[in-house]
Amino acid sequence: MAESVSAKQVAARKGRRPGLFSSFKNEFRNKDRRLAYYMIAPVLIIILAVAVYPIVYAIYLSFQEVIPNQPSHWAGLQNYTQMFSDPIFHSALLNTAIFTVCSVALELVLGIPIALALNRAFKGRGVARAASLAPYAFPTAIWAIMWRLMFQDQVGIMQYISTKLHIFTDPILGSSGALLIAGVIVDVWKTTPFMALLILAGLQVIPRDVYEAARVDGATPWQQFWRITLPLVKPALLVAVLFRTLDAWRVYDLFWVMGSKQLNSLSTYVYTGVSVSQLDFSLGNAAAVFVFVSSLLIALVFLRGIGTRAQG
Amino acid sequence: MYESRLSRTAFYFFVALFVIMLLFPLLWILKLSLISPAELQQSPPTLLPHSFDTGSYERAFSDSRFVHGLTNSIIIAGITTIICLIVGSIAAYALARLKFTLRTPVMTIILAIAFFPAVAILGPLFLQFTTLHLINTYWAMVIPDTLFALPLSIYLLVAYFQELPTSLEEAARVDGASTLQVFRRITLPLSLPGIVTTGLLTFIFAWNEFLFANTFAFDERTQPATVAIPNFATVHTQDFGAQAAASLIVTVPLVLLVLFFQRRIVSGLTAGSTTG
Repeated sequence: MAESVSAKQVAARKGRRPGLFSSFKNEFRNKDRRLAYYMIAPVLIIILAVAVYPIVYAIYLSFQEVIPNQPSHWAGLQNYTQMFSDPIFHSALLNTAIFTVCSVALELVLGIPIALALNRAFKGRGVARAASLAPYAFPTAIWAIMWRLMFQDQVGIMQYISTKLHIFTDPILGSSGALLIAGVIVDVWKTTPFMALLILAGLQVIPRDVYEAARVDGATPWQQFWRITLPLVKPALLVAVLFRTLDAWRVYDLFWVMGSKQLNSLSTYVYTGVSVSQLDFSLGNAAAVFVFVSSLLIALVFLRGIGTRAQG
Repeated sequence: MYESRLSRTAFYFFVALFVIMLLFPLLWILKLSLISPAELQQSPPTLLPHSFDTGSYERAFSDSRFVHGLTNSIIIAGITTIICLIVGSIAAYALARLKFTLRTPVMTIILAIAFFPAVAILGPLFLQFTTLHLINTYWAMVIPDTLFALPLSIYLLVAYFQELPTSLEEAARVDGASTLQVFRRITLPLSLPGIVTTGLLTFIFAWNEFLFANTFAFDERTQPATVAIPNFATVHTQDFGAQAAASLIVTVPLVLLVLFFQRRIVSGLTAGSTTG
């Protein structure tokens, strides 16, 4: 105790708050608190070694000209200027943006009514909820293989239907525009049920008597939805949408497997640079940093939204 | 409550449509995997199968790449799950039960990893794994998989530990047990159902991983199934039946497990998302 006061005084004399170090020393003198730090240490070490160090290294490398197995040297912003003038990067960015906006919007619009339905008491609700969880267990890469079989131009059912209905008569897997639309459909098909479950979790928190009161006051179901359900479920919605947006923004498995390497996303651009052609390593790594920074910005925008809602 | 028969019918129609659409891809692929090659090439395709042929499964299992993929997936996902459960349960106990100043920042850091884009560290990891000669080994996948599976494991376990009544633990403490003894002898055995669910979800997470496996494993001796099957599909381009069979073999066991543990997983995921 006496020591901590003196530490505080020292800190005060230097015009700072009590230093981090001295509060840690106090924290460590308590046996149970010390144990807590030992118990979380392995996790923190893994995070430091496998996430923090590599991302710092990635940012450093993005200003270097790197060819694996050769000494690298300072390159300034060259990697970024080269990347931003690369037409393949443009198409990757555009594809990723279109894919993210379309698939998340569709998942939200379809997920809300499904969640509302699953929240009602009805016979077979257990089966419906269980079925919603099934696609969650699917590896996306395998899901993409399955859908490629269905879009395939000789035996694919989707190609057959789209040709018969004159929606799209050319091979779907051969056109990058059609592939992107197919990618959105396949993603929505897989993830909407999970989105619905996330929204359902938010719905279940809403107390029933709020609706009773609204009914007594003569509110129509439509009014109840807009005035009660939507505002109350908004925090859960925002979390679900943030989660899905960040997931869609780094789409890789689906594009790589279903598009047979013809459909670019930001992540396939990184992959091609880092793993396929060693000469493009620096470009791929710069794009990786771009994905990191843009994801961070997306998260910050959403978190501000969630934060202000929680307070207001 | 006050609704008409018509609106109830419409409601059931909507739910039925949803479930049918959910299961359609799976059932269609199941049909593709079980019909004869001749029927597979038929146009127009029919909704119901007219032949039965297990040849597609035999061809999938006779491909060494695919069989290796299955074993490798089990090994990689298995090791990842064990590490996550050990490291994760220890950390989760501290986060659920012990008081310390940095608890909230630590929870936030762990949550941030769940949102961290894996692709951002692909380059540095590739360079480091090359230097450490880890490329084409299981560790090149286990290490990043562990990092990205840990947040899910920890959040689920924290939720489970917090649900447990503290009375037994307090009684043991009165009898002189240390924190670690309480954790090992009382909390862990009591939360076995939670640990099993967490283990299952961690296993599925690692089983489904594709980016790191596709980047760090070029050799079929260490490639997991998620990488082996797309490669298999580029080799056997015309064997649609075997592609369908291989896809089903790696997904159906997991889907069945998820359905079996369904109730617990939904409540676990929900608890995980509301733990702060």
